[in-house]
Amino acid sequence: MASENSTAAAPSEARSGARRRLPPELSILGVMIGMMLLFEVLGWIFVQQSFIANPLRLKIMILQEAVIGIIAIGVTQTIIMAGIDLSSGSLVGMTAMVAASLAQTEGFSHAIYPGLTGLNPVFPVVAGLLAGLVAGLVNGSLIAYTKIPPFIATLGMMVSARGVADWYTDGEPIGNLTDSFAAIGSGWWPVIIFLVVAFFFHILLRFTRYGKFTYAIGANPLAARVSGINVERHTVIVYTLAAGLSALAGIVQTARSISGQAGVGVGFELDAIAAAVIGGTSLAGGVGRMTGTVIGTVILGILTSGFTFLNVGAHYQEIIKGGVIIAAVVTDQYRQRKRRSA
Amino acid sequence: MATISPSTAAIVRQSGAIPGAEYLLEVENVGKSFPGVKALDNVSFRLKRGHVHALMGENGAGKSTLMKIIAGIYTPDSGSFRLKGQEIRLTSPLDALHYGIAMIHQELNLMNFMTVAENIWIRREPLNGLGLVRHEEMRRRTQALFDRLNIAIDPEAEVRDLSVANRQMVEIAKAVSYDSDVLIMDEPTSALTEKEVAHLFEIIRTLKAQGTGVIYITHKMNELFEIADEVSVFRDGKFVGEHPAADVTRDDIIRMMVGREITQMFPKVAAEIGEVVLSVRNLTLAGRFRDVSFDLRKGEILGFAGLVGSGRSNVAETIFGVTPATSGEIEVDGKPIVVKNPGVAMDAGMAFLTEDRKESGLFLLLSIVDNMQVALLRNSHVRVGFVAEKAVAALCQAQSVSLRVRTPDLDEPVINLSGGNQQKVLVARWLMTHPRILILDEPTRGIDVGAKAEIHRLISELAAQGVAVLMISSELPEVLGMSDRILVMHEGRMTGIVDRKDATQVKIMELAAR
Repeated sequence: MASENSTAAAPSEARSGARRRLPPELSILGVMIGMMLLFEVLGWIFVQQSFIANPLRLKIMILQEAVIGIIAIGVTQTIIMAGIDLSSGSLVGMTAMVAASLAQTEGFSHAIYPGLTGLNPVFPVVAGLLAGLVAGLVNGSLIAYTKIPPFIATLGMMVSARGVADWYTDGEPIGNLTDSFAAIGSGWWPVIIFLVVAFFFHILLRFTRYGKFTYAIGANPLAARVSGINVERHTVIVYTLAAGLSALAGIVQTARSISGQAGVGVGFELDAIAAAVIGGTSLAGGVGRMTGTVIGTVILGILTSGFTFLNVGAHYQEIIKGGVIIAAVVTDQYRQRKRRSA
Repeated sequence: MATISPSTAAIVRQSGAIPGAEYLLEVENVGKSFPGVKALDNVSFRLKRGHVHALMGENGAGKSTLMKIIAGIYTPDSGSFRLKGQEIRLTSPLDALHYGIAMIHQELNLMNFMTVAENIWIRREPLNGLGLVRHEEMRRRTQALFDRLNIAIDPEAEVRDLSVANRQMVEIAKAVSYDSDVLIMDEPTSALTEKEVAHLFEIIRTLKAQGTGVIYITHKMNELFEIADEVSVFRDGKFVGEHPAADVTRDDIIRMMVGREITQMFPKVAAEIGEVVLSVRNLTLAGRFRDVSFDLRKGEILGFAGLVGSGRSNVAETIFGVTPATSGEIEVDGKPIVVKNPGVAMDAGMAFLTEDRKESGLFLLLSIVDNMQVALLRNSHVRVGFVAEKAVAALCQAQSVSLRVRTPDLDEPVINLSGGNQQKVLVARWLMTHPRILILDEPTRGIDVGAKAEIHRLISELAAQGVAVLMISSELPEVLGMSDRILVMHEGRMTGIVDRKDATQVKIMELAAR
C-alpha cells in the first residue's frame, strides 16, 4: 500500500509548491495504524499476546476482506458519481452459482451441466463476469434512461439477482469444483487480485478521462452535461464496471470456499459501502479515492480480526462496527462543513 | 427609540389601539451590501394606509432586496424602519408576519403533496384538546376565506393537482389569511391569464377598502396604471423618485428606470463582421418560446435583451442542446445540424457560459484545473484514455494568467474563489475549446466592477478575433455598450432586432415590456 500512496501524490499536487496539501487519506491511514496499536495494547492486557506480530492472523484478516475490497472498488465509483450500488452482495451470490456450475470436475455424476465438466477455468470465470456485467448494464440503463434513483434500481437488482441465485439450483450448493478453478482463491491470490484491481482503478480514476468525468458527474450532473459529457453513457459504464467487480468478487469467493453457495454475499454490499465511506468517499458525490477505500477495507478487517482476537462476541462486534461507520461519516460531514465555510 | 416585541405588537394591532398613522410603513435611508455588490444604497420608501404602491425598475435595481428587507428575510446594514410610527427591527420572516407584514413571493412556496387548507394554515392549524388538527374547522375557515375573496378552489384539493394560476391564488389567499396590514406582491400576475388578473385586482381593491397597504412589484405598465396609487422607481440600488400614478406617463417611468448615463466604459472594439456562422430559423421549444429566427455573423456580438422569464435563456439552452428544440432549424456554416445534446453543439464549435454559475456551471468541490479542463477533454488532450496532464495544466495556467484568475494554486477547490474569479474559471473552460460561436448568458452577473470590465474587454477582443458572440444580459447598458445588434424578447417571442445605431434604452424597454 505504500506504493499506492506514493502514486496518490500526483504530479499536479507536487507542483503546488507554497503550501502543499497533504493527501486526505493520511488521516484515515492514521486511524488505521492507531487501531492496530490499540488492539496491540489491548492484546497484551487481556490475552497476553501480540496482535500485530502474528502473520497468520494478518493473512486471514486480509484474505477475508479482499472479497469485500474488490466490491468496494466498484461501489466507490458509483458513490463518487453520487449514486449507490446495493446489488453487489446479491451479484456475488448469482455469479458464484454461474461460475461454479461451469467449474465442476470432469465426469462428476451429479454435475449441473454433465456435458460441461472439467472445463478450463477461463470458462467459468468469463461466464461469471458476463453474468455480472449484464446485471450492471441493466442497473446502469435503468438509472441513466428511466431516471429512477440508483438506490431503487439497485435495490430491485439486489432482490432479483438473489432470486436468480436461489433459482439456479433450487438453493442446492454446487460442489466438486476443479483444482485449477479453486487455485484462483488459494494462497495470496485474493489479496493480489484485490490490490491489482485497486491499483488499476486508482490509475483510471486519477489520470484518465473516465475518472475526470466520473468526478464531474458526481460533483454536478447538470454542469457535466452542459460541458458536453454524455452523462447517460458514462452512468451505464460505471454501473456495469461496478457489477463486473462484484462478479469478480463472487468468483474469488467461490474459488476460496471451493463451492458455489446461493446465499453467499448477503450483506456484502453494506460492508463495501462502509469501506468506501470510512475511506472518505462522500455520499454527496464528487469526492473519494481508491487509496481511501483500500484503507477503509483494511480497517473493517482490523475491527473483525481484532475483536475476534480479544474474544469479543460476534454481536458486540457488529454493534461496534456500526458505531465506527457512523463516526466515519460524522467526521466526513464535519470536514466538509469546515471546507465550505473556509 | 423604544421598540416593542412582535407579540405585543400583535396584541396591540388586534385591539386597534394604535392611532391611524398616515403611513403604515416608513423605511428610511436603508442600505444593504452583498459581497462585491451594493444592492441598496440609502433608499427610502413609504406606504400609505389603503394604498397600492407600485415598485418599478430593471432587474437588479434593488426592488426585491428592499422587499426582502421589509418582509424580514434580509436584515439591512443601515437605516430605520417604522411601522405605524413605531420603530421596529425585524429578525425573521416570522417576525414580519407577527407585525402584520406578509409577502407573496414570485416563486411559489407551497407544499405540493398537502391540501390547499393545510398549506394555508400551516403552523396555525386549529387544534382540539388532544393537540390534533381539527380538519373540518380548517376546511371551514378556508372556505370562509375563499368566499370573502371570491375564489373557487376546493380546500381539500391537493396543491399538486392545481393549475399554476390556482396555486398563485392559494398563495394570495394564504397571505391575506394573516390579516396583514402590509401585503407585498412580487410580480403576482406572471402566471395569470387576463381574467385571473382582473380577479386579483378585485381582491386588491377589497383589501384596499379594508385599509391594507399593498406593495406591488411589476414590470407591466398597464397593470401599474390600472391598480396603483403611487409608483416608486428604483435604479442600480438607488431610489429615483416617487410619484402619484395619475401624474406620470409610461414614457416618464421608462425614462426614470433607464435614465442613467452610460458611465461605465464598454471597450467595444470595431470588429470586422464576416459571413453568417450561426443561423436559427423558427426555433421553438413548446411552452417556453416560439419562432425565434436570427443570423449570427463572424465577429459580431448579438445582444439578447428582455425581462427575466421572457425566454432568452431558454433560447440559448436550446441552441446548445441542453433542452433540444421541439421544432425549427439550426445551421452552422450553412450546414443544418440537429443539436440533441451539448456535445453536438460543442463539436460544431459552440461554447455556452450558463446563467447560474453554481447550478449549471461549477463543480464546486473540484479543483480549478478540474473545472477548467472538463470541456477540453471531450475532443482533445486525451491519449488512449489518459489525460495529458502536463499539457492541460500548462493550458490552464496560461488561461488563468491571461484572465487574471486570482488564486495561489490551481489545485485549490473552486469553491474558495470569489464570484468573479469563479466566473473567469468558467470562461477559461470554454476559451480552451477555441469556440467559433460563444453563447454567454449573463456573463457579468453577481461579480464586482473590476472583474466585469475585464470580462467586457475579453468579449470585445474575442469578437475582434472573429468569434461570433451571442450575449444575454439583463443589464441594458451592458447590452447597449457591447452589442452590434440587439434581439429583444417578450413572453417567449421575438419582438424585434435593433441595430446598434438605432438602439436606445427606451426603445429596448418598449420592446421588452410592451
